[in-house]
Amino acid sequence: MATIEFSEEQTMLMETAVDFCRKHSPLDRVRTQIEQEASVDPGVWQEMVDLGWLGITIPETYGGLGLSLADVVPIAESMGRHLMGSPFLPTTLAAQALLTSGSEGQKEQWLPQIAAGMPASIALTEDDGNWNLAELGSFAKVQGDTVRLTAKKGFVLDGSQAKVIVVSANVDGKPGLVLIQAEQLPQGALVRETVIDETRRSFTLEVDGLELPAEQVFPDADFASIEQAALLLLSAEMSGGLAGVLHVIIDYLTTRKQFDQYIGSYQSLKHPTVEILLSMEACRSHVYRAATCIAQGNIAEIEEAVRMAKAQGSEAFAFAGDRAVQFHGGFGFTYDCDAQLFLRRALWCQYQFGDAAYHRNLLAPLLLDEVALK
Amino acid sequence: MTTTQAEIAEFEEQADRWFAENKPANPGFILPETFMEVGTDQQFEFLRDWQQKVYENGYVGMSWPKEYGGLGMDQVFQDIATKAMAKHRVPFLPNTIGLNWAGPLILAMGTEEEKQRYIKGILSAEDIWCQGFSEPDHGSDLGSAQCKAVKDGDEYIINGSKIWTSLGSYAKYMILIARTSTGGPNKYAGLSFFLAPMQSEGIEPRPIKKLTGEYGFCQTFFNDARIPASCMMGKEGEGWKVAMATLMFERGAAGGQAGGLAMMDLSIDDIVELARRAKRNGKPAIEDPHVREQLVDLITEARGNSYMSARAKVPALATDWPTAISMSGKLRSSELKRRMCQFAISLQGANGARYVSPEAVDGGMWQRSYLNAFSGTIGGGTSQIQHNIIGERVLGLPKG
Repeated sequence: MATIEFSEEQTMLMETAVDFCRKHSPLDRVRTQIEQEASVDPGVWQEMVDLGWLGITIPETYGGLGLSLADVVPIAESMGRHLMGSPFLPTTLAAQALLTSGSEGQKEQWLPQIAAGMPASIALTEDDGNWNLAELGSFAKVQGDTVRLTAKKGFVLDGSQAKVIVVSANVDGKPGLVLIQAEQLPQGALVRETVIDETRRSFTLEVDGLELPAEQVFPDADFASIEQAALLLLSAEMSGGLAGVLHVIIDYLTTRKQFDQYIGSYQSLKHPTVEILLSMEACRSHVYRAATCIAQGNIAEIEEAVRMAKAQGSEAFAFAGDRAVQFHGGFGFTYDCDAQLFLRRALWCQYQFGDAAYHRNLLAPLLLDEVALK
Repeated sequence: MTTTQAEIAEFEEQADRWFAENKPANPGFILPETFMEVGTDQQFEFLRDWQQKVYENGYVGMSWPKEYGGLGMDQVFQDIATKAMAKHRVPFLPNTIGLNWAGPLILAMGTEEEKQRYIKGILSAEDIWCQGFSEPDHGSDLGSAQCKAVKDGDEYIINGSKIWTSLGSYAKYMILIARTSTGGPNKYAGLSFFLAPMQSEGIEPRPIKKLTGEYGFCQTFFNDARIPASCMMGKEGEGWKVAMATLMFERGAAGGQAGGLAMMDLSIDDIVELARRAKRNGKPAIEDPHVREQLVDLITEARGNSYMSARAKVPALATDWPTAISMSGKLRSSELKRRMCQFAISLQGANGARYVSPEAVDGGMWQRSYLNAFSGTIGGGTSQIQHNIIGERVLGLPKG
């Protein structure tokens, strides 16, 4: 019987995160932050650092808390709920890359700095938008002490703030990872992208034959673990986002009147709102089931759990955002209506790291081609 | 008294063995999947005898109090036994309304006398129970029930009719909601709740033919039927409150059921297995990319439902709408079952158009299951009413 477990640590992290995000990211703050250069206010970032959030998954020997990705889930969920942008996600993923694929020396050099609040990022997606992270056009060649990297990447989150960026490329013909320090990047290598979710700071990273010390190549390239971490945290954001958008819908349905009736009394709006509620409950359950598998080290089930969460959540959140705009009628068509913020976030989440159809396709052999009786 | 892991493990093994060894042989006639589909005496007697055997061997009502016929054990043992029943795919226990709705209701709200009188017969299947809530003109709108109960000395005289009375022909008792007054402040105030004896002059359950072509439930007519006034549960005018408590048990929003397998549940694994056997255009259906995607989607949904049950046990993850999971159980599972049946038929190529017959895939059970699946999406409040209820009570949306 599949269980869902939620530890003391997770409960405490969740309580803190819920309060923190509610306080620092009400929707009017989300809107003013959109106008700013960075995705988060520096003071708020420092508070996250002080809470120890950047070091949650980092072992204590490197200055972190030594917990698991499952403990990051309630934080990502709360941020998703309040549409909070910040380098938290890309930094956590960069730490995962170091943890799963970096050398001892690389870990010793960078993990303590990340735990202490150094923003980092990760560049996995090629500019052609391929979701298969191992199909790479970017490449690197090691010659003696030097590696020459030619790469064109998109969706490098908070790239301009990151002190280090982990970049995927074919290293001597095999999928690999190379770390770049911010000061090693030539002028103009990072260009801000226009993306649908305006709470994000997304960059294109382009380098052509950039020479780096060969020791910046990672010895391993565990793309599977890094992808699973991304899917888990994105799904957690979607779970929170679903709850957030549902509140926006309910607020309008219980205050807006048409034809002398609150519009929430009309079944054509009420029934799909219930569908959104149930899809949120399903999403949250998939997310915490995946988190449980990760916390328990249940390797056999992690992949299917995170892909299911991403497949289900992608469709559910996009549907909820879409209906939220529609249910606001004429107001929904305006920039001032908060529904668009959630719809844009939903579209971002849907198309980062694979949509529902992509993951179902990968789930099919896992679920259908072996005797899968669980 | 705490239950040790060793006791649990030992009981797991014991229950597993008992159901493996005692699973009844195929009776040679098609068995119903739920209590709502019992259409022949043969089917009824087979299932009743099975429940009696399960009870005598101590695998149902395990957590109900000893003094009324239960075993007074920890709920964990009943859950293990119920799981073993599902695992071995043994027949379901037919006294569903007694075990899961009327029984827990009587234990929670009944008098000592009522508990003494009714509980044991519910468990042993000696006393079959049926439900008299819906009326021909008031399906999901229970509060508008018109069936009348007029007090006359120490009796009530009942007139009117109830519909969808599953097991009506076999039942000894009915949980009945009837109108004892029309003058109250609202329609709910005039309702009263009875534990009515079915073998009374003037009560006539008439079998109704279902859309499947089979019999499985009745319309029950009350024609100056006299029942003892002592059958009333609670006070006159409190019927709505008692009925709502019953629905909480029916919809699984409240615990306390006797346990045991309530229906032959269709599992997604059955559909995957069918997809391996069934041919679409000469190839196993499971090789068709479109079929594969839909199967994965259904598995994801089924897993989501089971993870929701698991998450409901973690209060810290109860969300902003803590009753959403429990209130939506029937809606989610019945709608999923209906769609799984539709999909199963779609795997069969032209044979999808067959019905119960030797030529049909699996004897036509999928087509029959599909038609019967509407009992879940209509019975106990239609899916549409469920949406209203969840929208209003869980999300706080205004009534229409």
